[in-house]
Amino acid sequence: MTTPPLVRVRGLKIGATTDAGRKVEIIKGVSFDIAPGEIIALIGESGSGKTTIALSLMGHTRTGCAIHGGEISLGTSVVTAMTERQRARLRGTEVSYVPQSAAAAFNPSKRIMDQVIEIADIHKLMPPAQARAKAVELFRALALPDPENIGSRYPHQVSGGQLQRLSAAMALIGDPKLVIFDEPTTALDVTTQIEVLRAFKSVMAKGGISGVYVSHDLAVVAQIADRIIVLRGGEIQEEGPTDQILNAPRHAYTRQLLAAFEPVPHVPLAVPEAEARKPILEVVNLHAGYGPVRNGEPAAKILKDVSFRLERGRNLGVIGESGSGKSTLARAIAGILPPYKGSVLMNGHEMGRDIQTRSKEELRKAQMVFQLADTALNPAHSINTILARPLTFYHGLKGKARDARVARLLDMVHLPASLRHRLPGELSGGQKQRVNLARALAADPDLILCDEITSALDTVVAAAILDLLKELQRELGISYMFISHDLSTVEAICDDVLVMLKGEVVEALPAAEMSARATHPYSRLLISSIPKLDTGWLAGLEQDPQLVAQFAQR
Amino acid sequence: MPRSLLPWLLVLQRLGIALLTLVIVSFAVFFATELLPGDVAQILLGQAATPEAVAGLREAMGLNEPALQRFLGWLIGMVVGGDMGTSYVNQMEVAELVSGRLGNSLRLAGVTTLVSVPIALALGIGAAMWRGSIFDRAVSVLTISVISVPEFMVATLAVLIFAVWLGWLPALSYGANVDSITAMLKAYAMPVITLSFVVSAQMIRMTRAAVIDTINTPYVEMALLKGASRSRMVLRHALPNALGPIANAVALSLSYLVGGVIIVETIFNYPGVAKLMVDAVSTRDLPLIQSCAMIFCVSYLALITIADMVAILSNPRLRK
Repeated sequence: MTTPPLVRVRGLKIGATTDAGRKVEIIKGVSFDIAPGEIIALIGESGSGKTTIALSLMGHTRTGCAIHGGEISLGTSVVTAMTERQRARLRGTEVSYVPQSAAAAFNPSKRIMDQVIEIADIHKLMPPAQARAKAVELFRALALPDPENIGSRYPHQVSGGQLQRLSAAMALIGDPKLVIFDEPTTALDVTTQIEVLRAFKSVMAKGGISGVYVSHDLAVVAQIADRIIVLRGGEIQEEGPTDQILNAPRHAYTRQLLAAFEPVPHVPLAVPEAEARKPILEVVNLHAGYGPVRNGEPAAKILKDVSFRLERGRNLGVIGESGSGKSTLARAIAGILPPYKGSVLMNGHEMGRDIQTRSKEELRKAQMVFQLADTALNPAHSINTILARPLTFYHGLKGKARDARVARLLDMVHLPASLRHRLPGELSGGQKQRVNLARALAADPDLILCDEITSALDTVVAAAILDLLKELQRELGISYMFISHDLSTVEAICDDVLVMLKGEVVEALPAAEMSARATHPYSRLLISSIPKLDTGWLAGLEQDPQLVAQFAQR
Repeated sequence: MPRSLLPWLLVLQRLGIALLTLVIVSFAVFFATELLPGDVAQILLGQAATPEAVAGLREAMGLNEPALQRFLGWLIGMVVGGDMGTSYVNQMEVAELVSGRLGNSLRLAGVTTLVSVPIALALGIGAAMWRGSIFDRAVSVLTISVISVPEFMVATLAVLIFAVWLGWLPALSYGANVDSITAMLKAYAMPVITLSFVVSAQMIRMTRAAVIDTINTPYVEMALLKGASRSRMVLRHALPNALGPIANAVALSLSYLVGGVIIVETIFNYPGVAKLMVDAVSTRDLPLIQSCAMIFCVSYLALITIADMVAILSNPRLRK
């Protein structure tokens, strides 16, 4: 006899009404089951409908969306047939939610404990004292530091990894049968992610709780899910046990997702011997920081004594976790944040300290591409205006010559020329990042500083951007400084890698042999923390607890 | 420095800024009045006065001294002895002229505040809570129409309906019999209704916007996913984080009640400070103008400063 499923979804259809009044179908008839104690993963790119499906299991749709058809049942109750009031009774007690960004999901003006035990208060599950005792127990089970007192703090007083575990405690306080995890580790650093994943896994297994794990990251999902559902465009592409999906995918789209994980060997650009030895960028004892400057030193010193050289035609990767100073380094080199000590040399020529003191020629040589393509493009300017501006500024181009150059630039980044009259808002994320790249190329630079340019993109789109970068390098001979927290992207495009920790370069490594050659303990910790496409990776991973305590910012 | 003192340090800093603003405003008002054509001596003596007589009076009143000297004299008198000066026109102490009028103004403002603030907050929060409902739309239409109708229109209509047609309320509120509660209610009803209309509309709109802003945050969605009711989401999660902007909207609206009520005071013949100031301008009575302007400024600054302090003290990041 098989046990009846805990969750039954049949022919689920969810539609949305756009601002213009147009109706769009987001979820186009999705059916699946979840057995008691089973954890399933919803995998897909942004826009695939994975979060929409997960939220609908709680009877909730975001503003503008509505369930149009199908049936969702949880245990014996049919969620789709309930009134809003009945659904509210279900939330927190039967099914609960762990959000993507715990930092945003905690109310900033209330103490953590009050928010963790709120479910008990809303549903009158137990007296407050008992709820508090239970919360402390959960804090302990989730390996949080100082479980007795952490609840009396405000959300801004604990770290991101701790908040994410606290949000899991918040979800578990009402003894739910099903917990929905909505990309809970995406915003965390890799060394933090491990601890959080482990905590989630053990708590769920101990309580025999079912879970829905929403993610775009197959390697993370491989560690925690029993079964994987691959989604695209609101439809299920493939469904199967984790091992089968990872090792014997049937659907072409699943294979495409897995292919994005395959390491792509980077072939260094062939440069004439004499050219190669000239450094295109040389950074000497660079110090930079933020805040009011006193005695020639800023209040918050971020970069401490950074030195390196980047030769023509080669690419430099900079890796490290949030707060390690990677972006600050790029900003200091670009002159956005003037360094207070040390110097930046390009082609052997010392650059002005800040943007104001740099000549047009100095500015032209180093261009920057930012992480968030959305915010880096002026939403009121057409693509043509965005690309024409640097052409006029650096090269004095006007009229027909400028138009021709804009068309060339769009062609270089593989965008159709017809796109030039569109606004950034009408483009997809990948297209916007291509426009950003084209804008940097408009200056005809020697060096492009790429600050996490693929982090906000889906894996398949990101892989295409990396291919484009390599192609441009072959054609134009430019060099990249590539900042990322994702080691596999760095491996795919860089020749050399700097590992940064707390504003200092702890080690410089050849990209191809990072894991083999790393000697600094932090580099080793960082490299070993990258999830692998192997279901046994997390269970088999052993990290020196002393190292973790010393370097990981949990 | 202990962390718990940080919010109070910010409050102190805020008070210092308010004081500085006050000095700058008094300076600006003084010299703006200096720019007005004609002077008090000419107006006191009338058109027929000989130039010699006007010059003599000007000399006697000390008007020939440099403007800066007169300003500093007034400022020092004000700060040291609380002396607001003497009216040029009727030689009465300004403090005495103002005090009765200020009492009237504050009473009217106070009653209006008591009536309008609770109603406006309730309507604003209610509209945000049931956004898109019939109630929300009705409130929105109402506030928009109130904002677009000028207050003299509201006041005149109120007089026409309640005093002339229905005869329920006296048309003039001052000098009416205020011995009993009902009589007082009657006397204040019309100016208070008119003013409440004017100040509530903006408060309702700002409150609604501020609450909706916080309702759209992930932590309010989180409350929803914990099974919280609508009222719990709004009152416990959204509202505490919207206090800062709401306090500022309320302060801005209320500051209008002291200085901006000239039309209402005129229509209902209510002797408040605003009317006093207009009269003072027409006679170029500098000390009186200056004092009235300072009263408006102080009340405005006081309200805004209180609102800022609410915002500072409600910020959890500054709390221990």
